[in-house]
Amino acid sequence: MALIDDSRNLSGMTGEAGVGDYLALLKPSVMQLVVFVGLVGVVVAPGTINPFIAIIAVACIAIGAGGSAALNMWYDSDIDAIMSRTQNRPIPSGRMSREEALVFGMVLSGFSVALLGLATNWVAGGLLAFTIFFYVVIYTMWLKRRTPQNIVIGGAAGAFPPMVGWAAVTGTVSFESVVLFLIIFLWTPPHFWALALYKQSDYGAAGVPMMPNVVGDNSTKLQIFVYTLILAASAMLPTFFGFAGAIYTTVALITGFCFSFLAWRLLKTREDVAMRRAARTLFNYSLSYLFIVFFAFMTDNLLTRFGTFS
Amino acid sequence: MSSPNEIRAVEPESPQVAEARKRVRRRRSIALAIALALFAVTFYTLTIVKMGPALFDRAM
Repeated sequence: MALIDDSRNLSGMTGEAGVGDYLALLKPSVMQLVVFVGLVGVVVAPGTINPFIAIIAVACIAIGAGGSAALNMWYDSDIDAIMSRTQNRPIPSGRMSREEALVFGMVLSGFSVALLGLATNWVAGGLLAFTIFFYVVIYTMWLKRRTPQNIVIGGAAGAFPPMVGWAAVTGTVSFESVVLFLIIFLWTPPHFWALALYKQSDYGAAGVPMMPNVVGDNSTKLQIFVYTLILAASAMLPTFFGFAGAIYTTVALITGFCFSFLAWRLLKTREDVAMRRAARTLFNYSLSYLFIVFFAFMTDNLLTRFGTFS
Repeated sequence: MSSPNEIRAVEPESPQVAEARKRVRRRRSIALAIALALFAVTFYTLTIVKMGPALFDRAM
């Protein structure tokens, strides 16, 4: 951490990008969750995989996510310069040129796809390539600035990693991996709209049509609540179709109930400051929710496989 | 006629900035070297892993 901060200070003095700036370009905070759900896909997939190749598969998902984040920052540098949340990113702060970010993102993306294809199989490699394409072209270039449904459709990009991990082991896309995809896909709207509710002035200034700026707070809160209910119900699909046990079911029920309660509380909160606080709470909770649900699914799966529960 | 900005642009950078620039570039070079070394080790190990036990299965 000290190295990163120090490097940024130096690069601030010289106007040259340091190592920390290149790391910041990978959006490490977003990458953590992507890597985790990708790891869950690798672990829960039926079949065997050499541990070294499994590590490479997860690393490729991380590098691919980092590459697409760099390409996102390359394309969005104009609006990043306007929003307070993103003003200090390497390109808008002037420490790095757009071309540097573009080349870095392209190299990482190409490398991750090629390595995953060679190390595991080309279904996984192709899925990773499609994920990067979806995030950069479909979401960043096409949807983000055009429609308030941007993160609903664009959310698919963040939902692919468990499917990529699953395909790395099995070489196929099966129903179970589609269910994991669906859970993240439905989780994305409440997660990002909660953020947009308490950061909407930022998005408004940048001209990004996030849901609260287009349809207003009340409609957004209602949509958050509806999506949360559908998400909580969809999180029971692994139990319903018999590929998750008691541990997962209990965790999914409790966390789904809490998520729904927080979304309902947000829906009922009218006063502005309290509403922003409730939105922030929901946003933070949503991060924990996805981690806990996927962790429970992985634990349940491992315990079942090793015979403790059957 | 040159503007004051243009005159400033050709001024030599201070020793502190030159030193800082050198350190930034050195750190970047080290990071790149580490990345290239990891790349080589990864592909070498991957090749061995992909060959599997057949690596040692050859006629004497």
